[in-house]
Amino acid sequence: MQRAMEITRIIELLETAFGNRAVVAAEHAGLQPALLVPADLLPQTCLFLRDHEETYFDFLSCLSAVDDGPGAGTFTVVYHLASIPHGHQLTLKVVIENDRRLENLPTLPSVASVWRTADWHEREAFDLMGIYFDGHPDLRRILLPDDWEGYPLRKDYQEAATYHGIAIK
Amino acid sequence: MTAAAQVSVDKPYQGAQRALEARLAAIGAEEMVINMGPQHPSTHGVLRLQLVTDGELVKEVIPHLGYLHRCFEKHAESMNYGKTIPFTDRMDYLASMNNSHAFVMGVERMLGIDQRIPKRVEYIRVLVCELNRIASHLIAIGTYGIDIGAFTPFMWCFRDREHIMNMLEWASGSRMLYNYIWVGGLFYDLPVGFEDRCLEFVRYFGPKIDELDELLTQNRIFISRTANIGVLPADVAINYGCSGPMLRASGIKWDLRRIDGYSVYPEIEFDIPVGKGEMGKVGDCWDRFKVRVDEIRESVRIVEQSLQRLRHDLKRTADFDPRALVPKKVNLKAQDYYVRAENPKGELGFYFVTQEKSDIPKRVKARGPSFSNLSVLPALSRGVLIADLIAILGSIDIVLGEVDR
Repeated sequence: MQRAMEITRIIELLETAFGNRAVVAAEHAGLQPALLVPADLLPQTCLFLRDHEETYFDFLSCLSAVDDGPGAGTFTVVYHLASIPHGHQLTLKVVIENDRRLENLPTLPSVASVWRTADWHEREAFDLMGIYFDGHPDLRRILLPDDWEGYPLRKDYQEAATYHGIAIK
Repeated sequence: MTAAAQVSVDKPYQGAQRALEARLAAIGAEEMVINMGPQHPSTHGVLRLQLVTDGELVKEVIPHLGYLHRCFEKHAESMNYGKTIPFTDRMDYLASMNNSHAFVMGVERMLGIDQRIPKRVEYIRVLVCELNRIASHLIAIGTYGIDIGAFTPFMWCFRDREHIMNMLEWASGSRMLYNYIWVGGLFYDLPVGFEDRCLEFVRYFGPKIDELDELLTQNRIFISRTANIGVLPADVAINYGCSGPMLRASGIKWDLRRIDGYSVYPEIEFDIPVGKGEMGKVGDCWDRFKVRVDEIRESVRIVEQSLQRLRHDLKRTADFDPRALVPKKVNLKAQDYYVRAENPKGELGFYFVTQEKSDIPKRVKARGPSFSNLSVLPALSRGVLIADLIAILGSIDIVLGEVDR
């Protein structure tokens, strides 16, 4: 089955490189171990994990944005990494506090410069969940039309009654 | 206009760095913007490509997606896990079995019943998935021929695919969108006589692959249209998240059936074909095509071995119930899990975030292989001829149902 690298070793490596702040928390209980990392250190952390010979996470499998619900006041962005030479996997999570106003989008630094595949995944997260990725080369909507209003995967999303004057309800 | 609308149209967050518009504004005197699609047959569905061309040269490709967006992820948040399976069928609609297999595996793993699934069920799953993989690759090869200008392979591929479609229809009751693999089991056992007819098909199909191989793989015109075109180096492929035949054609032996060893694949013998650059460079269009042809042969081997087991030691018995483990209600604790599986097009992943004591997920994210594979297109087709762009796009083998979800 899936081989997960010793998560304690990854924490050790990250803390040596970035200090005590590098890992906010670690989840061991679930089926897949996950690391919570701070948003401001995200690109450096990713680059480190990609290039270090022990981790070598060269493949970003998936990037998902999760709405924690209107009560929680947070959004989570989850990165699933895999290493092709080592065959192990890692889950990174970043929690962003946000008040859900549309003029104050939750913001994260982009990792498109680390893995190019993050480019489209981040555009999708922006399009459907309204996560703003700072430093992204071309942050546009990807699946929905350019003039769409709101972010449909949010739990409090209200569908518009009309689109371009056409009733859609 | 509401306040929210003003914000989204006005800026700050509608995208501050917009490379596309900058590029189109800076268009040169010799350049021309051409629209390809969304209704062009060579885009394999409703994909729109905006090309910045200089004569016959393509300087820039800007893909526009979303014409087939059906809100899969939003739908999945509003119904229970079993009801979502038909929606997964509609993602990569050429390989519906594989989609539902991946989804079901994830739910079973979270329920903790993945080790208790009967062997016969697992072998049937592998059997139908591999049949579906053959069907999907046949379409990839056939339509690729037509992109390049060869009509016959298309007819031959569809003729053989039809046999598979008929068999899967016999098993599931529907021709393309099966809803056959369920959480904890199967919709029904295989119909009586299925194994024999499948064996008959395998015997018929073996020589047909060789015929197809002769017709296209060694064809001089085909080689000159595909060899050394659209060369994708391994590091670029990995960086862009390419998987499946795309990645393997670039020389990386990466097949999740082996890496993760899910279902009963560890018990089955098969090879993983990789691109060797026989006709040109490693990772060119010809390699991608060849990897698919070779994978069909490997899938036939897997089908043969599954049939062997299903006809002998895992024979159907009167009391065998493929729904014995199907839960009445999928009761999960709050957790999250990312499941990945090898689809015909590459790594299909589902990321589940579940809710405590509820059979409705909080979030399901689908990672379609075609989505990531397609994202490499702009990098791959900078400075190529328009005709070669068609060859490159065809060799990626996208299904828009999965790109747009």
